Amino acid sequence: MKQLTISKIKEGTVIDHINAGKALLVLKILGIHSNSTETVSMAMNVPSKKMGKKDIVKVEGKFINEEQLNKIALIAPNATINLIKDYEIQKKFKVVLPEFIEGIIKCPNRNCISNSDEPITSKFRVWFDKNVVAQCYYCRRKVKEISEYIY
Amino acid sequence: MSRFKHLISIDDLDKEDILFILKKAESFESIARGEINSKMLEGKILANLFFEPSTRTRMSFEVAMKRLGGDVINMTAQEASSIAKGETLADTIKVVSKYADVIVLRHPLEGAARFAAENSEVPIINGGDGAGQHPTQTLLDLYTIMKESSLDGIKIALMGDLKYSRTVHSLIRALTLFNTKIYLISPDTLRLPEEFLEGLKNVEIAELDDVINEIDVLYVTRIQKERFPDEEEYKKVAGSYKIDSELLKKAKENLIIMHPLPRIDEIDVSVDKTRHAKYFDQAFYGVPIRMAILSEVLNGVIA
Repeated sequence: MKQLTISKIKEGTVIDHINAGKALLVLKILGIHSNSTETVSMAMNVPSKKMGKKDIVKVEGKFINEEQLNKIALIAPNATINLIKDYEIQKKFKVVLPEFIEGIIKCPNRNCISNSDEPITSKFRVWFDKNVVAQCYYCRRKVKEISEYIY
Repeated sequence: MSRFKHLISIDDLDKEDILFILKKAESFESIARGEINSKMLEGKILANLFFEPSTRTRMSFEVAMKRLGGDVINMTAQEASSIAKGETLADTIKVVSKYADVIVLRHPLEGAARFAAENSEVPIINGGDGAGQHPTQTLLDLYTIMKESSLDGIKIALMGDLKYSRTVHSLIRALTLFNTKIYLISPDTLRLPEEFLEGLKNVEIAELDDVINEIDVLYVTRIQKERFPDEEEYKKVAGSYKIDSELLKKAKENLIIMHPLPRIDEIDVSVDKTRHAKYFDQAFYGVPIRMAILSEVLNGVIA
């Protein structure tokens, strides 16, 4: 197997074992967009022993907080986090699915109050049942294809 | 202390809470009938906020509050629509919760009551949110079954529009807390959505003719014309889901028939005179149930 081509980073956050194809959504969840100033590198469909194929995201110069990182479990429940300092792994952990997610998921129910003009942030209860399932806290609609409703 | 601050969804209550409310309702019956006067909620004000019309729900809350000595202020659907143009629900709730001691909310959007509760200083009672929840209806349905039949070990058939009827959806969830056998009777196009059947035991799809002689409760709901693309199809389906006194000859003697009302022609008026007809009693039972809920959230003590 050919070696991966992204270089090591000096300091920052490495998100590994992201389900193949989901790296762009990971960036979205972390709030990294076209106006962001961090140095970010991303690899998609990298060969992986464990997963067949996987994605990797590296954000330089910044330790992203754990609560924020755990939201990644919504779409990549096997993701692992490496916090890097001076080229060394300072902390390594697996993302843990939170019980509630605020924002991030848009309720698919057009008649849900969370999709109205009210001052409201979407809120979902999430759990693992073969796949990640999210249920709207307001209208109770269940979402199984979460990737499609990430905003 | 109240068992619950707000009443948003029947799912927020466990079996013990439900039985507690049903029992409490029983103690309010003679007040609900006007036989005894009560001043239990004297000085308390209920605000009815109805963003869509529902005369029955609004009136029965009003009666419940007034029979307990409390007072009521109303915002009609008409007033609501003019408010809705300029103000968020969040703001309306924040203002009205400064005026009143408890708010009953009826709103076209699902989840509106839960959101209102987050913005309110006073208890919110969900009087129906879109296709979502209508917990006081479910409680009065359970109360009717308890009073006129039994909540334990009965067989109940739910008939009509099982796909869109929120009354049916909440009732099924509540009935699963009790030892009940449930038969589902509906046209193919209006069957209960699969997600409701997940993990449910003792639920079976059936034909009315096959079960009429064994059921204890027949719960009929309206089949709405709007659900059908053409008039002919509607008439055909609606006609085959009609209860008349002929059909009831095969029924158990103590079968009770329930309907959330208003009915169109699902139940023939000739049934009204039979001992099976309980839908008007069911409407009455909404009053003691709503009294029990109001006194619970307002911490009233039975005088």
